[in-house]
Amino acid sequence: MSEPGATIFSFCADPSSIDGFEWLACYLTTAKHLSIYWSVGTVLLLLAITAPVALLFGFGGASAARSRVWPVSIIGRSYIAVVRGVPDIAFFLFFVIALDQFFEYLRHQVKCPDWDMPIRQGNDFVVCAAAKLPLGNAPQWMHEVYGFSLAVLTFSIVFGAFAANVLYGAMRAVPRGQIETAEAYGMTQRQTFWRILVPQMWVYALPGLSNLWMVLIKATPLLFLLGVEDIVYWAKELGSTKTSKFTDYPHGDWRMWYFAGLLVFYLCFTKVSEAVLGRISRRLSRGQATAAGEAQRKAALS
Amino acid sequence: MTCWDVVQDYGLRSLGIGERLLPRSDFTLCQQVVLIGSGMLWNIYFGAIALAAGFFLAIATAVAKAHHNPLLRKPADAFVLLFRGSPLFIQFFFAYFAFLNLKSVSPMLDDLSSAWLGALIVLFLNTSAYSAEIFYGALMSIPKGDNEAADAYGMHGFSRFRRITLPTTLRLAWPAYTNEAIFLFHSTTLVFVSGFPAQSQRGDALYYASYFADKTFNPFVPYPILAGYFILLTLTVIGLFGIVNRRLNRHLPRENTPKIRLRPNLIR
Amino acid sequence: MKTLILSTAIVALTAGAALAQDVVRMGTEGAYPPYNFLNDKGEVDGFERELGDELCKRAELTCEWVTNEWDSIIPNLVSGNYDTIIAGMSITDERKQVIDFTENYTQPDPSAFVAMADASVDLSGAVIAAQAATIQASYVASELPGATLLEFATPEESIAAVRSGEADAVLADKAYLDPIVAEGGDLAFTGENVLIGGGVGMGVRQSDTELRDKFTAAIQSMKADGTLNALIAKWEIGEQF
Repeated sequence: MSEPGATIFSFCADPSSIDGFEWLACYLTTAKHLSIYWSVGTVLLLLAITAPVALLFGFGGASAARSRVWPVSIIGRSYIAVVRGVPDIAFFLFFVIALDQFFEYLRHQVKCPDWDMPIRQGNDFVVCAAAKLPLGNAPQWMHEVYGFSLAVLTFSIVFGAFAANVLYGAMRAVPRGQIETAEAYGMTQRQTFWRILVPQMWVYALPGLSNLWMVLIKATPLLFLLGVEDIVYWAKELGSTKTSKFTDYPHGDWRMWYFAGLLVFYLCFTKVSEAVLGRISRRLSRGQATAAGEAQRKAALS
Repeated sequence: MTCWDVVQDYGLRSLGIGERLLPRSDFTLCQQVVLIGSGMLWNIYFGAIALAAGFFLAIATAVAKAHHNPLLRKPADAFVLLFRGSPLFIQFFFAYFAFLNLKSVSPMLDDLSSAWLGALIVLFLNTSAYSAEIFYGALMSIPKGDNEAADAYGMHGFSRFRRITLPTTLRLAWPAYTNEAIFLFHSTTLVFVSGFPAQSQRGDALYYASYFADKTFNPFVPYPILAGYFILLTLTVIGLFGIVNRRLNRHLPRENTPKIRLRPNLIR
Repeated sequence: MKTLILSTAIVALTAGAALAQDVVRMGTEGAYPPYNFLNDKGEVDGFERELGDELCKRAELTCEWVTNEWDSIIPNLVSGNYDTIIAGMSITDERKQVIDFTENYTQPDPSAFVAMADASVDLSGAVIAAQAATIQASYVASELPGATLLEFATPEESIAAVRSGEADAVLADKAYLDPIVAEGGDLAFTGENVLIGGGVGMGVRQSDTELRDKFTAAIQSMKADGTLNALIAKWEIGEQF
């Protein structure tokens, strides 16, 4: 039905006449296949943004949990406990719509104070046009960026709770003597926190954060639940049976091979991450008063 | 219709007992609580069996991983890498398609593509790999003195493993193993999202929660119910593992008993 | 004066949130040929693509295509992520409680059972696969008391289940099954076709009455001049009007 689009190889003009390697080369370079390669980029981008944002949430959560003001402390602790006690997928399934409606509701309150219609009309969630996110006349890419940001935010809230737990533990692992010394020097609580505790906690937090990074990588296949067209979406779409009526490249049910490809991709990604994190860990341990730091010192001496 | 009637109709719906048709209109809170609770039976089934069976494979894998013979060590390493290095979600998908292809080999393998067996196998292998890594870590940190004492008593082979190595390994690994158990229960929710079909609308807690979210267009009721159930389940697991933990450490003075603390591992 | 202008503006807005905007976003699944699918270029294609573009032209609207998973296609419409559902969705009373439909643009399409060509299936006691949250799934659940319903997230998976022996038969729209049976070789229609639902229509939010009426008018004009029938014939959707 569709005329052949722009192709990378010249021999792809008539896919029905080629076979073997050439067919495969053409097949794997259709515009639709380029989408799955792009979606790998989406996953990497999500990881690159989510990691620091989740760390920020985690830092906030951990600081709140150890606050001396008890309401703040309660909020911090329940954030950590609730998110961690519940399967993440439960959050993924309803956070995106919930967050979307929450933001639109807030904007609605600000931008359309004179609105006299109810926001919930039966099943519908209706806000004024100016409050819609993104605006109704926004181009498609804005919608995609917005959807992607919601996914990042959801991931960050969930993984922030785990990061908070790691950082909370790391703050408590900093030797008491360090804090006491700081106090003896007459530092205020704030100074002790920022100048002594925060710089030293990272080495204790690193094993937990490394673990969290691995877990984060392995949570990315759930992105499609958040409405982002990710590699799982494309693997399902591309691998499914195609009849010759609707494509130039008919094939049977190939989803198993596409998922085998994803499996290999994740294994490689994990391996690379392990190597990089190992390096960082050795770097951070240098000169620290921990077992690993001590071992490095001894190795250097002998 | 009182809530008790609903319990009778739907309390065991996830096993196919009771009313055949799911509620289709006028959804009550009671229906949601009962059906989602009924679905929890599947989560408990998957989690408990995979954990119990996985325990033994995990110990075997950990021992193989620590063995000096590469013929034992290499396969164990590869097994652990495969299941810890890839997302459980993808493992479910891939296994489902692989099981479908296996079915043509022999009718004996027919049940592999149903959730009760196929998904259980994946969860079993997955938790074995994660627990193997935990036990391996513990095996590596057994105090030297324990082994030397065993030598002094002339203990060798299996009796030494059973009486010295294993108890110490379990003691050291137990807090981390508790976390693994909790997150295994959490990851049972992925089963029906990931390719394994729900038969006659018998599904797990998440299946029913999303059923209600789908029908009522209000995710703010069913998912918090699901969350509540899982918090209860988590507390139960912590309690049960705590009992075992006290038993494992019963020879130690009270204050030396390692505390079980929830540490992150979540989705694989 | 100022408040007067403001209130008229609000009336215009409430009359139809989608109309106040320049772009109408058309939500579809992109995995249900010939109704809608992604072509080799990764664009939405199929009967509903051509139909939708023509309808927008006649209603003088600028339209944009978006894909969304079937599972969450209604919640995302209701919460305003797009303005219409044009995804081979049959008009049913159950769905009408939640969203509004335009006039139907296909005849009530027969659904058909497909099983392996070499198998003889007794449908009343069989395992029957269907896509979750479709009229076919609720038909099996409520009308075939002896049958076991097996639900899948995508139509593709329900076909695969028959091939693998997981299910004895699959129930889906006949127009979707036709090319698969024609090309698959190993599959065949079985049993009687069943008529479920009131034809396929476009779904819109219940608050968007003006948008609904515009599309209904456009559909009526396409029915009147025969262009709709031509499209139905081209994509082999089924009965004509």
